[in-house]
Amino acid sequence: MFWLSLQAVATIGFVVNAQLPGDALFIADVVRVFNPQSPQARAIFDLTIVVIVVMAVIFAVVIGIVTYAWVRFPRWREGERDPEQGQGNKTIEIVWTAIPLGIVAVLFVLAARTMGISDPPPPAKPDIVIIGHQWWWEARYTNSGAVVANEIHIPVGKPVALRLDAVDVLHEFWVPELARKITTVPGHPNHIWIQADKPATYLGVCTEFCGTQHAWMHFLLVAEPQEEFQKWEQTQLLPARAPVKDDAQKGLALFEQMTCVNCHTIKGTIASATFGPDLTHFASRKQLGAGVVPNTPENLRRWLHDPQQVKVGAKMPNFKFTDEQVSQLADYIETLK
Amino acid sequence: MNGNTTIAGTVARLLTPAERQHWKLAWLSTVDHKRIGVLYMLTGLVFFVFGGIEALLIRLQLMVPNNTLLGPDTYNWIFTMHGTTMIFLVAMPVLFGIMNYILPLQIGARDMAFPRLNALGVWLVPFGGILLHFSFLAGGAPAVGWFAYTPLSETPYSSQLGVDYWAISLLVLGIGSVSAGINFIVTVLTQRAPGMTLRRLPLFTWMVFMNAFLIILALPILNAGLVMLLIDRLMGGRFFLPFAGGSAIMWQHIFWAFGHPEVYIVAIPAFAILSEVIPVFSRKAIFGHEFVAASTVVIVILSLLVWAHHMFTVGLGHAIDLFFVAASVLIAVPTGVKLFNWSATMVGGRVRFATPMLFCVGALLQFLIGGLTGISHAVAPLDWQTKNSYYLVAHFHNVFVGLIVFAILGAIYYWFPKMSGRMMSERIGKWTFWLMTIGFNLTFMIQHVLGLAGMPRRTFTYPDLPGWTWMNMVSTIGAFFMAAASILFVWDLVSSLFRGKPAGDNPWNAWTLEWATTSPPPHENFDALPPIRSRRPLWDYMNPDRPDPVVPVGGALDTFRPEKNKVGVITFIISELGFFGTLILAYLFYNATPKSGPGAQRLDVLKTTIFSVCLFASSFTIWRSEVGLHANQRGKMKAWLVVTIVLGAIFIVGQGMEYWTLFQSGVSVGLDLFATTFFTLTGFHGLHVCFGLLALLIVLGVAFSRAFKNGDLPALGAVGYYWHFVDVVWVFVFSIVYLWPLIR
Repeated sequence: MFWLSLQAVATIGFVVNAQLPGDALFIADVVRVFNPQSPQARAIFDLTIVVIVVMAVIFAVVIGIVTYAWVRFPRWREGERDPEQGQGNKTIEIVWTAIPLGIVAVLFVLAARTMGISDPPPPAKPDIVIIGHQWWWEARYTNSGAVVANEIHIPVGKPVALRLDAVDVLHEFWVPELARKITTVPGHPNHIWIQADKPATYLGVCTEFCGTQHAWMHFLLVAEPQEEFQKWEQTQLLPARAPVKDDAQKGLALFEQMTCVNCHTIKGTIASATFGPDLTHFASRKQLGAGVVPNTPENLRRWLHDPQQVKVGAKMPNFKFTDEQVSQLADYIETLK
Repeated sequence: MNGNTTIAGTVARLLTPAERQHWKLAWLSTVDHKRIGVLYMLTGLVFFVFGGIEALLIRLQLMVPNNTLLGPDTYNWIFTMHGTTMIFLVAMPVLFGIMNYILPLQIGARDMAFPRLNALGVWLVPFGGILLHFSFLAGGAPAVGWFAYTPLSETPYSSQLGVDYWAISLLVLGIGSVSAGINFIVTVLTQRAPGMTLRRLPLFTWMVFMNAFLIILALPILNAGLVMLLIDRLMGGRFFLPFAGGSAIMWQHIFWAFGHPEVYIVAIPAFAILSEVIPVFSRKAIFGHEFVAASTVVIVILSLLVWAHHMFTVGLGHAIDLFFVAASVLIAVPTGVKLFNWSATMVGGRVRFATPMLFCVGALLQFLIGGLTGISHAVAPLDWQTKNSYYLVAHFHNVFVGLIVFAILGAIYYWFPKMSGRMMSERIGKWTFWLMTIGFNLTFMIQHVLGLAGMPRRTFTYPDLPGWTWMNMVSTIGAFFMAAASILFVWDLVSSLFRGKPAGDNPWNAWTLEWATTSPPPHENFDALPPIRSRRPLWDYMNPDRPDPVVPVGGALDTFRPEKNKVGVITFIISELGFFGTLILAYLFYNATPKSGPGAQRLDVLKTTIFSVCLFASSFTIWRSEVGLHANQRGKMKAWLVVTIVLGAIFIVGQGMEYWTLFQSGVSVGLDLFATTFFTLTGFHGLHVCFGLLALLIVLGVAFSRAFKNGDLPALGAVGYYWHFVDVVWVFVFSIVYLWPLIR
């Protein structure tokens, strides 16, 4: 029965997929919860199918009774004598109390089982510590010591243990294809396991309202083969290379003179603050401002001119840099591959 | 029934001849439950316009990706105000209005038990609403969502006054709701017509009665949470600030311990409406009356035990999660029983699809969907995926709009003839229904898919991801259908008031007592009542050849009819359980591990013990005073009353001295967690002692006044109960705060 219904949903998904124009696939590209890509997410999806079947059956029963009442018996007519009243039926009541009780008992057992599979107990030491900030994500790799922001890489096919913290308010970490969502609570670390079966880039979002820019607290979760992941992690560990070009050198000097260093870290320079994102390998990231714009040279310049124009309420104020300063800073930051 | 359609004619219909000169005052100063009911509903309607405009602004902003119509802060204000307004200023007042109007009529009463308390309750609604909206002028509305999760709602992250206005306004509304809940309970217990035993209560009244218990149990929990939040914000307290030792999660427990019952507080009246309308328009008694009634009791009890299913993603651990999974899926069983019984009522009936029935069958089917999608939030692993996405938004709108708004519209089409003496338009009613149904489903069905597509709720905009754009567009279009339906409904309401067909006493041939009087009913409701032998007195009256089986009078509880002042105070004391229970549990939670710092060592246990003995002794003296009253020994009664007041005053002075000493040594609310919890718990107890002293002084004044010479003094007994309760609370507080540290 279970596998039959799974098959049915898969078939429906296939039909819907086939009907979409272009190369977008409805199930895979749109309804992401129905496209699990890890054992954890798949366990939840399997239970989802069971629940959908239960819902469908109950829905059909109630609709059936209402339709039967509607089709089988004549409509009311003015002045007509009221029908036989009836006072109910104890047997029927017991039946429609007992059967749902049985169903919810089964659901409870399945829920307990699925919780075990999709959310196993945490290890002594997590692989990555994820920290929610207003409004960006920090990831600290505990084995190598790499620190990155808003773009989290993991090796394919391997369960990765996350610990989730927050430094200000509540945030919530969610990648629909890969794992359960989990709140990051200040003073109350949480743990989940995440895994990706195939190499791909997944969009993650913050799902707990966390203030002005809750909408732009996205991150990218990049799953890649082990070698590529290691290469990436090694790169992230390197300090920033000293700039060669004149403009970029001026940019670095500016960065160190101005208040930039009060919030940001660039390894290999004097900047080592942790309030804002680590910028050591900023230029290697695909997005700027936790997803608000793509990380292009033009967008970087717009951001430096006035971050509030790009992302209202972001914690970085408008420093009123001159055009020349913006250009020098941007030239430097673009070298931070 | 006159057919006059002018304004003067309509006014004449709604006012007694004596009131026509002062019709504005007649409504503003009214204590008549029917007018108060209408005032509740009108207030709700005004705020519905606010909340509705906010809803449209939300949908306009989300119509296209990367929209710049509203900035993020404006959007965050608007969705917070939309949620708060729709729940506390629309759903609650409108349902309270319907209950206020109908409940006394259905039990054959002249009015509510406490008409002036009733008037207080209704006027607290506009007061609270204006306070909330005043925040717009005071630097910005709250932008924290309707459940104001800490620490975002704390001063470091929301420094403007919006959250303070939000909390104070909800406190005002919460107190009003509790007063209404108390009134409903006391009215049902003490104002029933002869023959109307508890088992003969119509289903609507029964459910409202059960719901009133939920109101007085749940709302005070919110009130406790709100004062804790306000103490944090205004006095530097530390309850919910993780970096000052507090707990961010504690707020969620408190809020949802209120918040989930709240869902049922607005859903059970909707169930009540369906249970009333569906049988009348199927021309058939409800299927399984006892089972529908009993399932309500089960829902009331279970609804108090499911709150943490709102917290499955917070990380409470699997054991706690599983308890709440079990309780939450269990609640599906009594809810299912209701759905099955309503559907079965139609089987074998002669269904009449007049507008009230259309809305109620619509509500049944929409709630079927909303209830089923609820399973995916009750089963924790599914909730881990669907929570906080648009799937959740779709789910609860299926309940709040699909069930509750549809049921309210059905109720108004059903009872408007009784309230105004005129019918609403069937033609416009059907247009409203279909526009609403199409609009609702366009708006919210697609949001299930949007949520599964990964769209989080409460985001002011979104990127152009595959599928998101067209789904949001569909949703926005649907919202405008709903707006059109709402406008049509208000138009029908106004025009029917003046030009509707005269309704007569019982236009739907219904069976409960409200249809046994004129439309609108006279000031004290009934000239004469038909005999009450079953749950449908008018059915028996209209069908003498085949009356309902007589519902036998069963035992003392069935005819229970206590003195109203005493039962009023007892009900109030029950409502205080939630308030003090929350404060006491919070104290225990925060002081579970002894903290470093001055803390409890600074307390002078010996002195406080002496003052406490005074307070405990005053329980004895007030009892002596009552004994004096009953033995008609007035002198004794007055003397013991004075002793009671003196003892209470000694306690308060003692507590004041204790506070003063602590302040002198630098211990204030914000010092540490112990200080925050200590001052909150003992301070609110002290406040209750002060209220008790005030009440005792009033009783004393009455005792010395001329009015007392010949009469009884029932207020003494009522205040006595309250005074004992305050003492009992102090037994707990004293043991926990002062004695517990000595033994650990």
